[in-house]
Amino acid sequence: MNTIKGRVWVLTDDQGALIPNIDTDMIFHNRYLHITKLEEMGPYALDNLAGWEDFAKKCQPGDIVVAGGNFGCGSSRQQAVDCFRALGVTALVAESFGAIYFRNAVNAGWPVLVCPALDPAALNSGDEIELDLAGGTWRNLTRGTDLPALKAVSNVQREIMAAGGLFKLATG
Amino acid sequence: MPHTIIEKIFLAHGAEGAEPGSIQWLGLDYRTARDFGGASVVQNLRENVPDKPVADVKRTFFTFDCNAPANTAGYADNQHSCRLFAREHGVKVFDVDAGIGSHVLIESGLVKPGTTAVGTDSHYNILGALGAFGQGMGDVDIAYAFAHGRTWFEVPGSVKITLKGLPAANTDAKDVTLYLCGQLGAAGLLGQVGELYGEWVDQAGLAERITLASMGTEMGAISLIIPGDNPDFHASPGAPYERELEFDIDGLRPQVALPGHPEDVHPVHEVIAQGSVPIDSVFIGSCTNGRIEDLRAAASHLRGGACPPQVMLRVVPATRQVWQEALKEGLMDVFMDANGLVSNAGCGGCASGQIGMTGAGEVQLSTSNRNFSGKQGKGRTYLCGPSVAAASAAAGELVEPEAKS
Ligand code: SF4
Repeated sequence: MNTIKGRVWVLTDDQGALIPNIDTDMIFHNRYLHITKLEEMGPYALDNLAGWEDFAKKCQPGDIVVAGGNFGCGSSRQQAVDCFRALGVTALVAESFGAIYFRNAVNAGWPVLVCPALDPAALNSGDEIELDLAGGTWRNLTRGTDLPALKAVSNVQREIMAAGGLFKLATG
Repeated sequence: MPHTIIEKIFLAHGAEGAEPGSIQWLGLDYRTARDFGGASVVQNLRENVPDKPVADVKRTFFTFDCNAPANTAGYADNQHSCRLFAREHGVKVFDVDAGIGSHVLIESGLVKPGTTAVGTDSHYNILGALGAFGQGMGDVDIAYAFAHGRTWFEVPGSVKITLKGLPAANTDAKDVTLYLCGQLGAAGLLGQVGELYGEWVDQAGLAERITLASMGTEMGAISLIIPGDNPDFHASPGAPYERELEFDIDGLRPQVALPGHPEDVHPVHEVIAQGSVPIDSVFIGSCTNGRIEDLRAAASHLRGGACPPQVMLRVVPATRQVWQEALKEGLMDVFMDANGLVSNAGCGGCASGQIGMTGAGEVQLSTSNRNFSGKQGKGRTYLCGPSVAAASAAAGELVEPEAKS
């Protein structure tokens, strides 16, 4: 659990800049809110984000997503987290997160990591990367370069991730 | 070590540290679910912890206030699934006749300075009115809180806010609240706790404090906290604030938020100097302005009898207790004589248009806390205090009220 390796998708616009403020309606549009089964959510992930409408078709289990600032701002819908889990995305790194999105992801035991000084030029979609959650570091394996430090994962987040979700946590 | 109020509350509820930005486990004195979100909480509990879904029934409640009584089959199903769960496990339900959940909790005397509570209500931080910490959360979080009596939370940084001077005599607490919202903006306190101080805050009664605390959400705050009467939960001298802000409210005149944005706030007299604003409907109520003091303020501007026929006045007391007080004091007669409609207690017009939405072109004055476009129908909603709302209802257009007698 401490290291995660996979192919990366960097959510950039056509200029190569990270897209900021990707809100929950771009991630999982409100017209799908009636869907409650996690397995059924995958096909709709990012289908309302300009330039990324076909993300669900390209994404493979084991992939990692990298995004800009304030990712997941907007509503409290859990589906905006679960649609990525449904596709088998193993982690998401962003410059920062909307507070409720971050809570929902942590509660699902899904690794969300903050990299405040993310440089989109340091990695391309398709690169292989490795995240070391305990050490707070990550590497671009394709280029053989280190990436800027990740914010330390809190003990609570680590406990919940290790348990596989808030409800799996032993009663304290 | 000196601490802010929120830090002291965390430390008194099992947190191992209170460094802002650190994530701590926080013990919860109360956890509640309302009809909005409640059914999903129940579903989460039945799926994940069927054997022991409620850690402590005496500290756990359902409060139905959004859609009370249920006017869609979906809400009725949701409410009843909560009732059945509550009966099975001995959890108390404040049902559709009780009123707004956060207010019911306050009236029950359960909330004290330093109390911690979470619920499925984005305005639960209203408990800051008593120096307590309340927080709204999603259904997984609240289900976990039901089952385990605790939650994890990132210790917020604190901002010390001092209000200088006293507002004009024809204002309500809502005018000060709107002014602050306008000054700070929609993200002015993002992720932070604001502690409120100053001469006006010191003399403000509970209802006024509730109004003030209720709009922290519209300023992006985790919570607005007003120090309560227990010194254990006062900030220590030299407490580590991230910012210290001062606002001059001396002589402040009545305020109004223009349609669409709670933070787009202007003095009423400036707005009407640009041209009169005829109004079609007025809503008095919500967790921000549904206390008996608010209804008294409104009634004091309605004693002249019927409002003009084109004005639809709607009054919704926050709780059953407020409703009964208003009845005893004769305020219901005043509202009826003013051609008003008085509904049962609850969120009323705020949540899902329970006492009616606005139509395209309709201009509404509302004492609620949010006026995002489309939230209450296609009309244009201004936010204001109960005195502005009532005086304007009587006049048929937006006016600055006379000083209260
Ligand atoms: S009155 Fe409105 S803002 Fe207040 S708790 Fe009810 S729905 Fe929420």
